[in-house]
Amino acid sequence: MNHLTDFEIFLLLSVIKIAVVLVITLTAVAYTVLLERKVLGRMQNRWGPSRVGPFGLLQPLADGIKLFLKEDMMPLAVERPLFVLAPIIALGCALISISMVPFGVNYKFHGVDLFQVSDTNIGLLVILGITSIGVYGIALSGWSSNNKYSLFGSLRASAQLISYELALGLSLVGVVMRAGSLRLRDIVHSQSAHGALSWNVFGGLQIIAFFIYLMAAYAETNRTPFDLPEAESELVAGYHTEYSSMKFAMFFMAEYANMITVACVATLMFFGGASSPFGHTFDHVLNHTVFNLLFPVLWFVFKVFSFILLYIWVRGTLPRFRYDQLMSFGWKFLLPVAMANILATALALAYRS
Amino acid sequence: MHLALFLLFGILAVAAALNLLLQRHPINSALSLVVVMISLAVLYWTLGAEFLAAAQVIVYAGAVMVLFIFTVMLLNAGEEERTYGSRIAYIAGIPGALGVLGLISYTIFRNKAAVGMTTTGGDMQTGILSNLMQISHQLFTNLLLPFEATSILILVAILGAVVLARKEL
Repeated sequence: MNHLTDFEIFLLLSVIKIAVVLVITLTAVAYTVLLERKVLGRMQNRWGPSRVGPFGLLQPLADGIKLFLKEDMMPLAVERPLFVLAPIIALGCALISISMVPFGVNYKFHGVDLFQVSDTNIGLLVILGITSIGVYGIALSGWSSNNKYSLFGSLRASAQLISYELALGLSLVGVVMRAGSLRLRDIVHSQSAHGALSWNVFGGLQIIAFFIYLMAAYAETNRTPFDLPEAESELVAGYHTEYSSMKFAMFFMAEYANMITVACVATLMFFGGASSPFGHTFDHVLNHTVFNLLFPVLWFVFKVFSFILLYIWVRGTLPRFRYDQLMSFGWKFLLPVAMANILATALALAYRS
Repeated sequence: MHLALFLLFGILAVAAALNLLLQRHPINSALSLVVVMISLAVLYWTLGAEFLAAAQVIVYAGAVMVLFIFTVMLLNAGEEERTYGSRIAYIAGIPGALGVLGLISYTIFRNKAAVGMTTTGGDMQTGILSNLMQISHQLFTNLLLPFEATSILILVAILGAVVLARKEL
């Protein structure tokens, strides 16, 4: 690679990184859907998908082909440009935000970080910002469908997203104060001293913030018990009632991609990102560059996978909130507790320094 | 690179602002305003103010404009009728706007030394100095009084909104 200039190496590696992360995310999205159906099936004492391929493992492929080949119906009364734009916004925002996530150690190859698509010093804010743009996808889809159920679904979704974004943002402030930076690498680094003991959720005493984040994240991704925007017993299917074929699939993929992003952020902010829970205790075992690069990625994937499993478990367990309960829970409980947590963290930090 | 982005999004911001005025449906105008906000955020970013860019996206594009669109959706506002403006807009509005623009640019260029200039890319080339630190330092030392006054102003506005809404509840 010596005959390439630094810029060419940067460009080439960036394109490869983007392609790899995109493919892995989309595959993970497809298999999260399968995992959800399987686990939910087991929880409800049935098998789940089991016909396509061994153990139903090819089911995502079959679903994909089905959705691609379906006729793309578009009702006559829709607001056409916005109707087409909405799923693109939703999926685009969901996929862009994963580019900030560092999923391995800080390893530079010719000055290019191999395990993170883009390292900015406001990484966390970029993720929050892009997620907040994603609201437009949902809001516009409901409005442009020209259907009362869609409109109700999207109104509920936007109100819910705006309300819970506050609690979500405020729950992360304590972590940011402890790290003293918004760069995700710095936040991960601030929890890397003693393995699991120095993770923000245990040693950092941010356990309250973690639970606030977890609940707000369920609401942000429109998952049970906060899935009122698509409550099928009340609203047919919510904001994507009028969508079919790939446009529907784009909303579906956006929802699961958001789930993965939220799980990644929870891992980074509270569970030490790609670091091992044992800290540096086992550093001498298998001490080789390849393993040292590979194991952090595996730890990261394992943590994200656990969060996704938790998501599915909650979906299989909890019933849906009523709408006024949802709002008062967000504004009257989560928000004050998040603020109290910020205050307590600030006082503790000031006392210690 | 930064200059190209700056020019591109500068043009995009102006185009979206014109589109805002020319569109007949309120929701299209509101969406054009979103594009203006995001383009402004990219402009801030190319000038090295990355925190300001993120705040612009989160606060304006992500919260304020969502409420705008929310309202338009709830009121189900239809298409507007196209008018050619009132006479007072032509007589007073356009010269007034040009005057304010001229005044602002005159003041800034006059006090170039005091205001200071930035280059595209700003401090990002060095990458060490986080302007989050600089902003918070400024806010909590030199600008503490205006900062607190602004937050009290916003608090008063929130309380006012609650009082107004309370009558209906």
